[in-house]
Amino acid sequence: MIALGILLVLVLLLVVFGLLFRIQILTSIFSGSSTREIGTSNRVNAILFILFMVIGGAAFAYSFIENYGKMNPPIASVHGFAMERLFWTTMIIIGIVFVLTHIALFVYSYKYQHKEGRRAYFFPHNNKIEIIWTVIPAIVMAGLVFAGWKEWTKITGPAPKDSVVLEVMGKQFNWLVRYPGRDQKLGVVNYRLIDATNEFGFDLSDKSGLDDFVAGEVHVPKGHPVLLKIRSRDVLHAVYMPHFRVQMYAVPGMPTKFWFTPTKTTDEMRAQLGNPKFNYELACNQICGRGHFAMKLNIIVDEPDDYVAWYAQQKSFSEQNPDVLATFKQKSDKLVETENASAAAAVVTPATKASL
Amino acid sequence: MAANLPTHSQVQGGIGVTEPSTTHDEHLHHDEHHDQHWLFKYVFSQDHKVIAKQFLITGIFWAIIGGTLSSLFRLQLGWPESTFEWLSPFLGKWIEAGKLNPEFYLALVTMHGTIMVFFVLTAGLSGTFSNFLIPLQVGARDMASGFMNMLSYWFFFISSVIMFISLFIETGPAAAGWTIYPPLSALPQAIPGSGLGMTLWLVSMALFIVSQLLGGVNYITTVINLRTRGMSMSKLPLTIWAFFLTAILGLLSFPVLFSAALLLIFDRSFGTSFFLSDIYIAGQALNHQGGSPILFQHLFWFLGHPEVYIVIMPAMGMVSEILATNARKPIFGYRAMIGSLLGISLLSFVVWAHHMFVTGMNPFLGSVFMFLTLIIAVPSAVKTFNWLATLWRGNIRFTTAMLFSIGFVSLFISGGLTGIILGNAAIDIQMHNTYFVVAHFHLVMGSSAFFGLFAGVYHWFPKMFGRMLDEKLGYIHFWLTFIGVYLVFMPMHYVGIAGFPRRYYAWTGFDSFSQFADLNKFISAAAILAFFGQFIFIFNFFYSIFRGRRATENPWNSTTLEWTTPVVPGHGNWPGEIPAVYRWPYDYSKPGAAEDFIPQNVPYSQTQSSNLPYERDSED
Repeated sequence: MIALGILLVLVLLLVVFGLLFRIQILTSIFSGSSTREIGTSNRVNAILFILFMVIGGAAFAYSFIENYGKMNPPIASVHGFAMERLFWTTMIIIGIVFVLTHIALFVYSYKYQHKEGRRAYFFPHNNKIEIIWTVIPAIVMAGLVFAGWKEWTKITGPAPKDSVVLEVMGKQFNWLVRYPGRDQKLGVVNYRLIDATNEFGFDLSDKSGLDDFVAGEVHVPKGHPVLLKIRSRDVLHAVYMPHFRVQMYAVPGMPTKFWFTPTKTTDEMRAQLGNPKFNYELACNQICGRGHFAMKLNIIVDEPDDYVAWYAQQKSFSEQNPDVLATFKQKSDKLVETENASAAAAVVTPATKASL
Repeated sequence: MAANLPTHSQVQGGIGVTEPSTTHDEHLHHDEHHDQHWLFKYVFSQDHKVIAKQFLITGIFWAIIGGTLSSLFRLQLGWPESTFEWLSPFLGKWIEAGKLNPEFYLALVTMHGTIMVFFVLTAGLSGTFSNFLIPLQVGARDMASGFMNMLSYWFFFISSVIMFISLFIETGPAAAGWTIYPPLSALPQAIPGSGLGMTLWLVSMALFIVSQLLGGVNYITTVINLRTRGMSMSKLPLTIWAFFLTAILGLLSFPVLFSAALLLIFDRSFGTSFFLSDIYIAGQALNHQGGSPILFQHLFWFLGHPEVYIVIMPAMGMVSEILATNARKPIFGYRAMIGSLLGISLLSFVVWAHHMFVTGMNPFLGSVFMFLTLIIAVPSAVKTFNWLATLWRGNIRFTTAMLFSIGFVSLFISGGLTGIILGNAAIDIQMHNTYFVVAHFHLVMGSSAFFGLFAGVYHWFPKMFGRMLDEKLGYIHFWLTFIGVYLVFMPMHYVGIAGFPRRYYAWTGFDSFSQFADLNKFISAAAILAFFGQFIFIFNFFYSIFRGRRATENPWNSTTLEWTTPVVPGHGNWPGEIPAVYRWPYDYSKPGAAEDFIPQNVPYSQTQSSNLPYERDSED
């Protein structure tokens, strides 16, 4: 019934619109304005461009300033500050160009609107001007490329040797985390060994995997480089941590990595923002299916001492799952005999070698 | 359709000059065309003008579908807590307990992107105007091969039908994003849309690519071989240069997408592992090993990046033409305009990996692509400055086409500038896949190209249908759209700077992305209003075809060849001989000339008073 009503209203509106349109056409024929080649509407449009520029510009400036505070996720990593500087420097440069070109566009439109008896200026080209406005953008671009390139190589350069290492694995639709344990070495994993308990696919015949532990949340120490090793076990995901200015895809079959240095503990950030519930969040930023929008992981930045204490408390995966360890020993013996083993090993080695 | 061709130097459907002895036969041949069955005149037509209209109307159909899809997902993003029970009569099972199904949401964004990029802005824009304008502006009776041209449309049509059917199937249409990155697009276990929906997507796209290639070969051949007497490459209107280079881009890049699609089909159906490796999904470890999902991205973007220039370059060409015509001034820096088109075309092939800075690609490669990407800003800047200089000291008539062209320049600047941010690999780490990207490309290639399309339709409608579009409605349409586009996409930048990820069904799960609920509501409302504003255009379009004011031969006092044809050109375009060309297409407001425009087919011998020192006819 309501749908019918809406439909009726729409039809009536269309009829009204159609009638108005006809009347407008008839009056314009009657008044003769339809035969004039350039009528008053030319002037109206010219004025509208100026109005658009002034009102639109003011609205843009107002809304930008109004929302500026909400726009910038607070920065919590060393490279984040440099990146932010680069971003806003570029924004200022393009902002200036944006304003100048738009003033030219709309003011010219207004100023050079059609006037009876005036003739446009025949000005087909001017090499000097053209060279100037080719070279200047080229120079500005060169500067931006250089600044960006310097920052990019620093960020993507090798992680410091003493980095804290952890691995994040994306799956539909949550993140799994593991730490290398006491030996600081992540053990071998194999996707063929994954099941409900062994979600990472630990290959426990590898000794360095025995002390690896799986964590429900990510802890990292403040002021210490953190090397994030990233993998996926099904489709593409992306590790995105807006506060740390970190983003890297999680690619099945191709481990990736990203390193950064946190600068503020979670508690410090909570105090700074006056928000006791604040958490650093890790979001998935590559479409991965139904639960893409809810793939969240909290990250806790601790004081280094707290981090060490937390780390020491964690129980290794093999310790927590003795049955897996036991069955594994028999299983892995069999595996060695089958050709599967060589295939699995071949795939797994790049993963482990991907450490710096 | 008066196709009366007593003499002609070129024959439609053939290449080059006809032997005098065959002229008579050809004449009869054309008379037969005159009485041909309506089915071959309007449906299976080989006339480039009819094919252009077919592309245009199909494009409008797709634009309505694409716009409707975006309104649906903007509803969800603006009002994530609301229930949409009232939509269930339309969406059926995709509304679950009043909520939009999240997988269907992803299907909506996927299909919106696919439809808009390929079916509207590639086929609808380039298909329409390349077809319509190339023969008319270079002075040819028709395309080099009318039959291939017809096939080009019908391949597009079949591709459209298949894509349209995929919207209604049980498991839903493709839902892996318009970039269809595997493994998501390869595994139905990962998302139901990757089942039959994805198969149909791939089949449809394969046919679409065939259509593009048939069209492209034709455009290139026509521009190279069928130019009329005197029409050297340096006298071509910028529209033709743009269509020509667009066709070359398409011809070189679409096959790469075809290969990517083919390999994906192999991975999906025949157990190969081009893009798949080490996957455990739905409780099962798959046998695929050794493939690389990143390889797909390289192949995809090798098309995907030139594709955005395939979309924008025809719009650039038409806008250059319309700005010059309505400012009554020559386009500033004609040669620089061609040079920058060439530069953009060339560079567009070597910047694709800027879509992949954070995929785990070698950082050194990232540096190279950052460098190449930021270079492409230079020719784009040159074009912008030249457009501004064209307006300077003009005598501007604000026709609707002119309004949309000025709007195009504005949107191209606004969207293009943020490309400098995204092309910078260091900043892209934070901005990648956020709404900043969405805002950027919707301005610079989405809205701009749409504005180019509108400008083109308003400008060439008289030549297409012999009638004028209503100017008043055009003005309302323009201002609603121009304001609407900015209301949608300017605030979207703020959301993007704050790091909101794209393709999110809702941001409510994250504290980091909770601050802009009001802004998202605003964007949604503006987007839906702007979409409804487009129906003014659609009404205007169909009303004016039948009832619009009758047009004259050259309503805009333009210089190019298409305006020398009759009000409604018949099959063969010119009733008599094809006019010869003597001058460049931008002799507007030339000092000393009687009128403020001199058409290309006027010899210098007739314009002694306005000739520049080096201008005289070489052959006459």
